[in-house]
Amino acid sequence: MQKEQDKILNDITQGDYKYGFYSDIEMETIPKGLNEDIVRMISKKKNEPDFMLEYRLKAFRHWQSMKMPDWAHLKIPEIDYQDIIYYAAPKNKPVLDSLDDVDPEVKETFDKLGISLDEQKRLTGVAVDAVIDSVSVKTTFKETLAELGIIFCSFTDAVQEHPDLVKKYMGSVVPYSDNFFATLNSAVFSDGSFCYIPRGVRCPMELSTYFRINAANTGQFERTLIIADEGSYVSYLEGCTAPQRDENQLHAAIVEIVAMENAEVKYSTVQNWYPGNKNGVGGIYNFVTKRGICKGDNSKISWTQVETGSAITWKYPSCILKGNNSVGEFYSVAVTNNHQQADTGTKMIHIGKNTKSLIISKGISAGKSDNSYRGLVKVLKNAENARNFSQCDSLLLGDRCGAHTFPHIEADNPGAIVEHEATTSKIGEDQIFYCNQRGISTEDAIALIVNGYAREVLNKLPMEFAVEAQKLLQISLEGSVG
Amino acid sequence: MLIIKDLHAEIDGKEILKGINLELNAGEVHAIMGPNGSGKSTLAAVLSGRELVKVTKGKVLYKGNNLLEMSPEKRAHAGIFLGFQYPIEIPGVSMINFMKTAINEQRKAKGLEPINPSDFLKLMREKKALVDMDSSLTSRSVNEGFSGGEKKRNEIFQMAMLEPDLAILDETDSGLDIDALRTVANGVNKLKTSENASIVITHYQRLLDYIIPDRVHVLYKGKIVKSSGKELALELEEKGYDWIKKENDK
Repeated sequence: MQKEQDKILNDITQGDYKYGFYSDIEMETIPKGLNEDIVRMISKKKNEPDFMLEYRLKAFRHWQSMKMPDWAHLKIPEIDYQDIIYYAAPKNKPVLDSLDDVDPEVKETFDKLGISLDEQKRLTGVAVDAVIDSVSVKTTFKETLAELGIIFCSFTDAVQEHPDLVKKYMGSVVPYSDNFFATLNSAVFSDGSFCYIPRGVRCPMELSTYFRINAANTGQFERTLIIADEGSYVSYLEGCTAPQRDENQLHAAIVEIVAMENAEVKYSTVQNWYPGNKNGVGGIYNFVTKRGICKGDNSKISWTQVETGSAITWKYPSCILKGNNSVGEFYSVAVTNNHQQADTGTKMIHIGKNTKSLIISKGISAGKSDNSYRGLVKVLKNAENARNFSQCDSLLLGDRCGAHTFPHIEADNPGAIVEHEATTSKIGEDQIFYCNQRGISTEDAIALIVNGYAREVLNKLPMEFAVEAQKLLQISLEGSVG
Repeated sequence: MLIIKDLHAEIDGKEILKGINLELNAGEVHAIMGPNGSGKSTLAAVLSGRELVKVTKGKVLYKGNNLLEMSPEKRAHAGIFLGFQYPIEIPGVSMINFMKTAINEQRKAKGLEPINPSDFLKLMREKKALVDMDSSLTSRSVNEGFSGGEKKRNEIFQMAMLEPDLAILDETDSGLDIDALRTVANGVNKLKTSENASIVITHYQRLLDYIIPDRVHVLYKGKIVKSSGKELALELEEKGYDWIKKENDK
């Protein structure tokens, strides 16, 4: 019976990665390696103002004194930072006035991924910023959004067109010296998305950044900055895929969110970087720093992530709850299969009074993978009436995978109420048989059970993403269950 | 409908069924009674295709086909339904979603299109009324937080939804109070036609006050030791199983 289970498990976990194609786009790259000249070169290529170059150099100099963190429950092979190309961009990148200006290959790449850059054809009302390798190739609905005063553009454009905003907020949530990967990003980041929602504006459509690594031997270092001014609202989506390659590729991104008084930001991620093959060869190293600050009173930041990709994931989307009555939420489903490793979770820092945070984490491990939840709930001395509730569940498929939970709680205010619940379960043979007996095949039964398990989180995703995420869960676990 | 010939089966190397013979025709209800540990649930497990039971000898023909070669889901598609003695909880999966998936899988096996949503909801309403099931239960997760009685009622509800040709009810009466027992039995009776058949497995005869069987079989130590009409159930009630045990342990 155990054997049969293992067989089914194997079948399901060995589903193919359907985004593994490579597009033949003419690229412009710079030499491999990292030094001050490279940092200057990147800045120059982007025609940046001085403050940007200074920021990068400050970060680079600091980075040289840093060591890769080793506290995570991950086995990270040694990374040769001199063997990486830090800047790659599609060559045909003129100023884009219309879609016709986009390189057809680039356009086709995104079409293949099911992301249309054609505004006319999009009925769903999602504005997309498409980032391929190091640069943003197209941002849709820019004009429509501009009528409301919303700025949604590539980070590069933001540096040129809105330097004051960039200067004021870049690094205000994740400082250049924050951690090894964030500091590296601060030195070499090449593009990303920028978003500003003015006072009192409710953004009428989902904003979305779609990241695609295409070129070989390159690292992807983008940063996203979202500023929600007083009383505004925005829902932001992020998706990522990469070609199937035998070597590992590094992705070290930064996302910063600033929510002013009464503002609300929802940030959803469906992370599907190439996870490597079933023997653990290849795949993306995903080392990402995501953090938001609820700066004003009554503000709210909500992170939702569905993590199915990457060979190694190191990621802790966090909230700094500075404003009184501010709310931070973290909803996560992390799936690991084959040889994937994930160490992910969140940090909730309660500073203001009556701040609340909610953590719902659902780990799913299959194959020989390792899946860890790591979280910190910190209540500072003056955070009267702070409340936190955390729920961390792990689901194991098969008996060769691991699930771990590392919750940390630091409460310096005696009135804080912090609750933590954790469960670990296996998909039961009896659950699967119950479904079988009702006519549902084992594979469909597993999909049903896993989706049921993750439902609380999937429900938080915007509609069209939720369907996509459900399918993704199914594909990620294909061949894995019993 | 169903022919069982000299069926032997074991669990973890221990022989539980030691030569079962049984024939069941469309339109019939058979009761299988017997003391604890006689192999009643093992028989249900074999018929529904549970892997943990290994058939070592014998044959089972269902509608003329070799049942033992079919996977559990194939058997379900072919019209076999098992009412579980201990219904399983599936957190996060709503009854509605579960039932819809089950019905559509069955339809797919028959080459039919998925059921349209309004027909499905109508069907749910009808069948809920039939088994007198609380409306809110179907929007909850499968069996999660259901009381013992609710779980059993839910089994009969699923049976009503799936309209099986052969229903095997494994100790459906255990843990039910008399009112629940009556509703459950009522449901079973209403679903009875000349085309379908049921095997009712029970320890006590009280369920058979409401579901009148055509045949009663007594299972003891892996064998059917007595088969007769419905009066056998009453005799068992009166004399208890000791009588059977004495006769067979000689």
